[in-house]
Amino acid sequence: MNIMSEAAVEKALDQKMNTVPYKMIGKDVSVYYGEKRALFDVNLNIRENTVTALIGPSGCGKSTFLRTLNRMNDTIENCRVTGKITLDEDDIYDPTIDVVELRARVGMVFQKPNPFPKSIYDNVAYGPRIHGLARTKAEFDDVVETSLQKAGLWNEVKDRLQEPGTGLSGGQQQRLCIARAVAVSPEVILMDEPCSALDPIATAKVEELIHELRSNFTIVIVTHSMQQAARVSQRTAMFHLGNLVEENDTDKMFTNPDDQRTQDYIMGRFG
Amino acid sequence: MSMHIMSAYDEELKYLTRRISEMGGIAEQMVGESVRALVNSDLALAQKVISDDAILDEAERQIGEKAIITIAKRQPVAADLREIMGSIRIASDLERVGDLGKNNAKRVIAVAGSGIPRKLARGLEHLAELALVQLKEVLDVYASRSPEKANSIRERDEEIDAIYTSLFRELLTYMMEDPRNITPCTHLLFCAKNIERIGDHATNIAETIYYMATGAQPEGERPKDDNTSTLGAVKD
Repeated sequence: MNIMSEAAVEKALDQKMNTVPYKMIGKDVSVYYGEKRALFDVNLNIRENTVTALIGPSGCGKSTFLRTLNRMNDTIENCRVTGKITLDEDDIYDPTIDVVELRARVGMVFQKPNPFPKSIYDNVAYGPRIHGLARTKAEFDDVVETSLQKAGLWNEVKDRLQEPGTGLSGGQQQRLCIARAVAVSPEVILMDEPCSALDPIATAKVEELIHELRSNFTIVIVTHSMQQAARVSQRTAMFHLGNLVEENDTDKMFTNPDDQRTQDYIMGRFG
Repeated sequence: MSMHIMSAYDEELKYLTRRISEMGGIAEQMVGESVRALVNSDLALAQKVISDDAILDEAERQIGEKAIITIAKRQPVAADLREIMGSIRIASDLERVGDLGKNNAKRVIAVAGSGIPRKLARGLEHLAELALVQLKEVLDVYASRSPEKANSIRERDEEIDAIYTSLFRELLTYMMEDPRNITPCTHLLFCAKNIERIGDHATNIAETIYYMATGAQPEGERPKDDNTSTLGAVKD
């Protein structure tokens, strides 16, 4: 039997990571809010079935970049995006792209859980209904159940699907929002500090969920918690003052980063 | 390196550095004294070395505890994490150096009065001097964190190995000459082996410092010139 040395295993894993195809490609992405430039020619590619963490101090542009990935910046007045972002082969800023359809392919979960003021069932069924993904009662029941199961919430809510989603605890509400995002079968899920309003137990459940979702979805997560980035992601990108400073394997990033600014930031030192 | 935003974190790291340097000083002293005790048949000095070992044991425990608490509280990453893991490793190497010094001191009693040939004692002293220089330099490198200097120390372990091998041959000769030499020479052989291993620990520390400074392992095999493990074996 051929036993690989530890170094060889590591190298093989690295190479494996390097062969993971790109799901989204960001090329020279710049974002302006009116006169103010928030992102400077960012080149960052998102690998398929990988959790990519975006880190950096407040105002560094990580959330701005995340929002360019499903054109959430369109909703902000005066916001202008230049450069090119593709999802598979499609240029998502092409004028012929249907933004509603794009956001079904690239779903989003926000910092504060924001369930609709509707029942748990309707929260999850909402997306499939407006996108016409389910027709009969049985189809809706099915998508609601599988989505809640994927979000690890089914067992906790299956007996009270008609109760309002807003009546759940914070952590459950966030997992309900993840179920809602998952229900339209997106390809990519964007998460903007999904755990910052949750306690450590609820955070751990969401992190476990992110880990599981990775096999079916591509995930991009913005987080202020270094340890969360280290725990859940395989790739980490560090932003600073609107620039992408470093993108690396998470293991490398947290043991021996290449850039001094990354080093100072993750170690909590004065840069 | 720049300071942490939380100054208490810097204090914790400084504590580890300070304690390691202290341990280094004590270990160095113990090794020097143990060889002096051996050469001069100084039982009182040997006894002092034996009791000093407890200080190193305690220091290693305290460094380990502080490191664990710091890891739990601060969740260190990158250079900070390497710094703390390095402290644990170096403390354990220095504790072993102390043990080896203590072991030499214990043998003073067995060897004393057996009239060790002056030439052998000289050889042992020379070996110890080299190991002590190695130890002293590696502790200086610990203070400076220079990966280049760490690498050069690592390459010098070869010299100690070579002298150890020649001392080994000499001791064998004495034993063959007169069976009454066997007991003291066997003890001296262990002493020589102990000193040679002190050199190895200094080399370990150099490698740890290299890793702490760069995040990478030093390249290439460690130079070796200790051939005693096959010496005297029947050749085909």
